[in-house]
Amino acid sequence: MDIFLQQIINGLTLGSVYAIVALGYTMVYGIIQLINFAHGEVVMLGAMVAFTVITSLVGAQVPLPALLIVLAGTLAAVPVCMATGYMLERVAYRPLRKAPRLAPLITAIGMSIILQHVAMLVWSRNNLAFPQIIPVITFEVAGATITAVQIGIISISFLLMTGLTLMVYRTKLGVAMRATAENASVAALMGVSVDRVIASTFLIGAALGAIAGVMFGSYYGIAHYTMGAVLGLKAFSAAVLGGIGNLAGAMVGGVLLGLVESLGAGYIGDLTDLCRWPLVQGWVSERCQLDGHMILFGSNYQDVFAFLVLILVLVIRPSGLLGERVADRA
Amino acid sequence: MNSRNPLPGFAKTVLTATLAIALVACGKKEQAPPPAAQAPAAPAETIVKIGHVAPLTGGISHLGKDNENGAALAIEEANKAGITIGGHKIKFEMMGEDDQADPKVGTTVAQKLVDAKVAGIVGHLNSGVTIPASALYNQAGIPMITASATNPALTEQGFKNIFRVVGRDDQQGPAVANYLVSQSKPKTAAVIDDATAYGEGLANEVEKTLKAAGVRVLPREKGTDKTTDWKAILTKLKGKKPDAVFFGGMDASGGPLLKQARELGIKAVFAYGDGACTNKMTELAGAAAEGMICSQAGIPVKAASQSFLDAYKAKFNADPILYAPFTYDAANLLIEAMKKADSTDPAKYLAALHSASHKGASGLIEFDEKGDRKDAEMTIFTMKAGKIEPIAIIKSGKSMTMEEYVAATAPAPAASAPAAAPAAEPAKEPAK
Repeated sequence: MDIFLQQIINGLTLGSVYAIVALGYTMVYGIIQLINFAHGEVVMLGAMVAFTVITSLVGAQVPLPALLIVLAGTLAAVPVCMATGYMLERVAYRPLRKAPRLAPLITAIGMSIILQHVAMLVWSRNNLAFPQIIPVITFEVAGATITAVQIGIISISFLLMTGLTLMVYRTKLGVAMRATAENASVAALMGVSVDRVIASTFLIGAALGAIAGVMFGSYYGIAHYTMGAVLGLKAFSAAVLGGIGNLAGAMVGGVLLGLVESLGAGYIGDLTDLCRWPLVQGWVSERCQLDGHMILFGSNYQDVFAFLVLILVLVIRPSGLLGERVADRA
Repeated sequence: MNSRNPLPGFAKTVLTATLAIALVACGKKEQAPPPAAQAPAAPAETIVKIGHVAPLTGGISHLGKDNENGAALAIEEANKAGITIGGHKIKFEMMGEDDQADPKVGTTVAQKLVDAKVAGIVGHLNSGVTIPASALYNQAGIPMITASATNPALTEQGFKNIFRVVGRDDQQGPAVANYLVSQSKPKTAAVIDDATAYGEGLANEVEKTLKAAGVRVLPREKGTDKTTDWKAILTKLKGKKPDAVFFGGMDASGGPLLKQARELGIKAVFAYGDGACTNKMTELAGAAAEGMICSQAGIPVKAASQSFLDAYKAKFNADPILYAPFTYDAANLLIEAMKKADSTDPAKYLAALHSASHKGASGLIEFDEKGDRKDAEMTIFTMKAGKIEPIAIIKSGKSMTMEEYVAATAPAPAASAPAAAPAAEPAKEPAK
């Protein structure tokens, strides 16, 4: 049972990172109905910039507490990612806003390839190891272990999500964003500067992405120039799961996806062990006697769950868990 | 007008005359060479090219450069010594190529070397690149000696001109597994691999040995060579409480694995193959790397012959990293075989390579019928204070410490060497 709780904690941590990245997808989609496939690379850039700042601060032996060093890394990553997000919108999407849907989708993919290669040239093809500066502090909760970093990631994500929700529903920019999402041309007639609102959406999404990148990098202790691709696709799946375009949906979808992945990878091996099932045991009894196990799907299917969820959602409920009227948008 | 006509006639005569003279001259020239060739015999050197291939860019370029240095050193020494083969003075020239650790690039540069008619090849570094490239060298009949590709499949292809001077994974796996069994006596062990040809193959060998030793092995867990999130797998393992964990894969994924395991409170001993037997593990796993065990298919660099270590240091102003003693030996093996056969023609010196018995920087090298090194050493390392340190060298199933190995091999000229080795072994036996 403690193992179950442990998987839940792991899933929650991973899920909150997915949720923060998924917000970037869902906000952009909500406003201009574009899937910003380069968002994963923005997250990767965040991890890379933070890596450079953190290693150079550690290398120079700056006498700062570990948390401040990570904070400095984050503070450097956020503006770089925001600039990248703005540049993406300005260069790849704005000129094509009136073009057929397919065109910006293709520029998005193009931009993601460009960003990956830029990162490869700047940071090399090696795996970059984050210096282990935050001491591993663990807490025992009912037999499960939770680390200070995990608590940090979960609570920061929660704060960011709350902050974003407040901003969208309580500020002028939030009103403008919702108005633009509802109907951009009417909003423009009402005096909303649509270009500005769209640009701010990209800026906010990129800032969240940068923080997610730093969290992911320091959680796993490693960064690589291709890390954005799979992370981005999973966060995109999370956004679709929750209902793309819907803020609460992205958060719920992200956390759910993290849980599905952790529990799935943790239990699929045991569940598909044919030797455990009396019904099929008859056919495979020889193998079971020899080996004790005959496992159909192992934990290497971990990355499959996100995409399995994506397919199931698209088949059963295309609008996602909390989404509505995707049909007339897509 | 009139003067024009005779001119062609005159020209014809001149032309015929010239042609005649030319022909005669040519005939004379044909005869001339013997004395001409005799005269400049001293400066004329026959250039013999030896290819070296390893990744010189990308993630493991430092290892590739280290390999190239080893081969370059051997060639430089041979040129200094002045070698005469088949009556010609030979100057060896190294063609260093970069395969980027990529099978596609590997076969391209392999073809380039074949087209350049190199006499022999040292390389490649990675098994995944060496295996496809070896087929090209085999077709061209050019001998190839790898100094670092450990996958057994390479020499199981039945190629007659492919050799390897390090051990194989089916020797390495049992070595590290047996060490694990003898030292930490696990009751239950978990085996994880990264689903690559290298990682899975090595993990299979380890699993076989562990089972044979009576250890209960949990069902295999798998990630990929790009996996960074091992938490779900590790959490599952935590519930099953293994005493030891073996991971077949590279340091890039093995490092995060160890770090996350310790974060989850898993106290098992962690063991790795050569892919994760690097100082980079400290960087990737932090303090969690302390005490890990790993194996390498060959002797540790520090145990290479002192003359090689000194020469390397003098030439490159650095210490060899990993496989340089083996590439040095591989290049020397090629040169020795050419000398012995008195020919630089691969077809002629290949036999000499098969029957080679070469005392190199990494010890005595002889090949079996497959082209593998006979009786290759295996080394077990542990991470001590952030540095990979050799703790045991295994030769012919016997384990000795690095000091014992050096003592047993260093006084080679003295007759006491064979006596010293058995003396060291019984002392080690009761310790087990």
